[in-house]
Amino acid sequence: MSTLPPPNKIYRRRRRVNALMLFISGLAMAFGLFWLAWILITLLYEGFGALTFSLFSQMTPPPGSAGGLLNAIVGSVLMAATATLIGTPIGILAGTYLAEFGRRGWLAPATRFINDILLSAPSIVIGLFIYSVYVAQVRHFAGWGGALALSLIVIPVVVRTTDDMLKLVPDSLREAAVALGAPAWKMIVFVSYRAARAGIVTGILLAVARISGETAPLLFTALNNQFWSLNMNQPMANLPVVIFQFAMSPYPDWHRLAWGGAILITLGVLALNIVARVLFRR
Amino acid sequence: MNDQPQFDNPKLKIKALDFYYGQYQAIKKVSLDIPANKVTAFIGPSGCGKSTLLRTLNRLYELYPDQRAEGEIRLDGTDILAKSQDITLLRAKVGMVFQKPTPFPMSIYDNIAFGARLYEKLSRGEMDERIEWALTKAALWKEVKDKLHQSGTSLSGGQQQRLCIARGIAIKPEVLLLDEPCSALDPISTSRIEELIDELKADYTVVIVTHNMQQAARVSDYTAYMYLGELIEYGATDRLFIKPQRRETEDYITGRFG
Amino acid sequence: MDAFFKNLTRFFAFFVFSILAAILVSLLIHSQIALSKYGFNFLFDPEWDPVTEEFGALIPIYGTIVSSAIAMIIGIPVSFGIALFLTELAPTWLKRPLGTAIEMLAAIPSIIYGMWGLFVFAPLFAMYVQPGLIQLFGPLPILGPLFKGPAMGIGMLTAGIILAVMVIPFITAVMRDVFELVPPMLKESAYGLGATTWEVVWHVVLPYTKIGVVGGVMLGLGRALGETMAVTFVIGNAHRLSTSLLAPGNSIASALANEFTEAVGDLHSAALIELGLILFLITTIVLALSKLMLLQLSKREGAKT
Repeated sequence: MSTLPPPNKIYRRRRRVNALMLFISGLAMAFGLFWLAWILITLLYEGFGALTFSLFSQMTPPPGSAGGLLNAIVGSVLMAATATLIGTPIGILAGTYLAEFGRRGWLAPATRFINDILLSAPSIVIGLFIYSVYVAQVRHFAGWGGALALSLIVIPVVVRTTDDMLKLVPDSLREAAVALGAPAWKMIVFVSYRAARAGIVTGILLAVARISGETAPLLFTALNNQFWSLNMNQPMANLPVVIFQFAMSPYPDWHRLAWGGAILITLGVLALNIVARVLFRR
Repeated sequence: MNDQPQFDNPKLKIKALDFYYGQYQAIKKVSLDIPANKVTAFIGPSGCGKSTLLRTLNRLYELYPDQRAEGEIRLDGTDILAKSQDITLLRAKVGMVFQKPTPFPMSIYDNIAFGARLYEKLSRGEMDERIEWALTKAALWKEVKDKLHQSGTSLSGGQQQRLCIARGIAIKPEVLLLDEPCSALDPISTSRIEELIDELKADYTVVIVTHNMQQAARVSDYTAYMYLGELIEYGATDRLFIKPQRRETEDYITGRFG
Repeated sequence: MDAFFKNLTRFFAFFVFSILAAILVSLLIHSQIALSKYGFNFLFDPEWDPVTEEFGALIPIYGTIVSSAIAMIIGIPVSFGIALFLTELAPTWLKRPLGTAIEMLAAIPSIIYGMWGLFVFAPLFAMYVQPGLIQLFGPLPILGPLFKGPAMGIGMLTAGIILAVMVIPFITAVMRDVFELVPPMLKESAYGLGATTWEVVWHVVLPYTKIGVVGGVMLGLGRALGETMAVTFVIGNAHRLSTSLLAPGNSIASALANEFTEAVGDLHSAALIELGLILFLITTIVLALSKLMLLQLSKREGAKT
């Protein structure tokens, strides 16, 4: 009767390979965290100095002078809000069709497929699209163009989460509502939406987070505006494009403002993400 | 439990074993000896701890951080629960087959070679021999010898399960653990596996968990009846099914309960 | 009311469905002049001169592909390592915070990556890493030409590295999801044979999830190809074809970001829109393949249970 064999050469080699690979996997994890930490620390270091009162109270300055980002902040908020207001209802309704009505037929699976492509489509091409169908037609850059481009980014995010969340609502709940004699639309609005509310709101928050930092689709649509403007028919200042132009410029004053804008956007986006997570976990 | 069967040289000696899933105690002070070259069956209603007990014999539970075993299990006298015991080497000696067939996503040949390669460096010819040997032992050679390089998942359920048995014995273990090996199979495949189990005990110590009492009666030499984590009765299968000594066992095997 | 609601949702579903085609058609129409003037030659012409109105897409296409390739070479193994760490190694209490941290890499806007890359990463990279690369690889026969030239910080390699960091969270997320699809019993039976964690992952988990893993890689690739702002900051925006990865170059997206609003003349605009069309076609195909692979994996899973 043998007892357990002693470790042989093959076995020792396997143990070493295993240890090495698991160590490398740990290194990969550290590699990922390293970049996150490095970027966030740089942002805090460079950005906090730039977070002054004038950042929020003054307009974007001409080269070589001090100023703030007020018009860009307001422009960004205005366009993001408009884009959310346009994109959310469209996204929710389309997502409702996918989850509630589209169980048979080709439209729902095809739309789901295309929506997932749109979700990762290059945002600069969305900007190009809105330029072609809107800006080139009205012949001037405008806040509306920026809002439209951003809404095309909101839509797929909201469609996806609405679809996913409604699919999580158990059919028994729907059957209970229909058994009471409720028509389908009432069942969806009062039962399905209510049950999936937290998830759908999470999706909207994530969409807002996503468009808050989007730059590429605004370059050819809203462009930028050095002055205070609430007119959505005019070119409109916005944080991402201001950061882009200021960071690419040779002026230190502008660089400082760009860092200020960068930390604002990043903190805003991370906060939205965290709120969305907390909300969803409940 | 003084009337347990005693063996001179039990293959496995379990002494005062406790098992916990987090706070929940799934096995309570179980002691029993498992004889070499026999088939021992664990039976009992679901949740009684019979599968859990089986999974302590190769320390598979260690994959999950909140599960732990306390007590003593000796394999040929070596305490396999000891921290110093290397689990990989333990599992080379104690093979396992699961409820559902689990062929790896690779060819039939590689499924069996996978295990053998973990422990031995075999030449191409030796490996071919080993694979034929294992498949023959598992009564599968004739059916698959012309398609060794097809995917293991292309086989039928019963064939897949015999492939898993072949994979288990290809590394030449001494103990084979079978966790409800027929629960996902049709009656014909089941009877083939049962025949196979009978042949396997010539070379291996077989421990089988089953929810099917007829199966336990057909294939095993010794049977242990467990209930709520405790060992209620353990004895020779013929005796236990004909003349159970405990009232609980009788209720279970006569179908009054469970 | 019921029919109205249903048709309303159907209308918007159709609206979403048609966005992709609408983008395609509008890009086709607006690039018409360039399309008819250059035909297929556009793809292979390295010339790009707004003054003489001579336009070819070779250089931006080359830059897009090379920078994305670098991102994949770095991003795939790192994502695999992170997914392995998070699914098999990390203790339960660490999984969530570490997973969230990696997801946060995807939440940081791309303009932040770009700005940080330009101001922080590129100078340090030029000072400490690139000279070493030039010394190490420069004299070698095949790799040599890839690492020639002055250490400027910005260039293809820098863009590729930053892209890698940006796609890691996407690839990791898909890999984690598909690794979780592996039936526990399959893994247990490999562990039951005495396999080590690495052997289980490499020989069982990875082959089992192959399609999904490739789908995740394609998703990351789709993201990398179309990424604009981060690349625009650090790729150098030079319209030059260079074998060296350290040299500045250009990508489709960065060419668009830099030139489009300043394009003079219809032909220049049309050529840029055609660049956008090419980018859109490539990414759509890559993303569609990714989606098809992931669908196939989930269908196989669905059939099994």
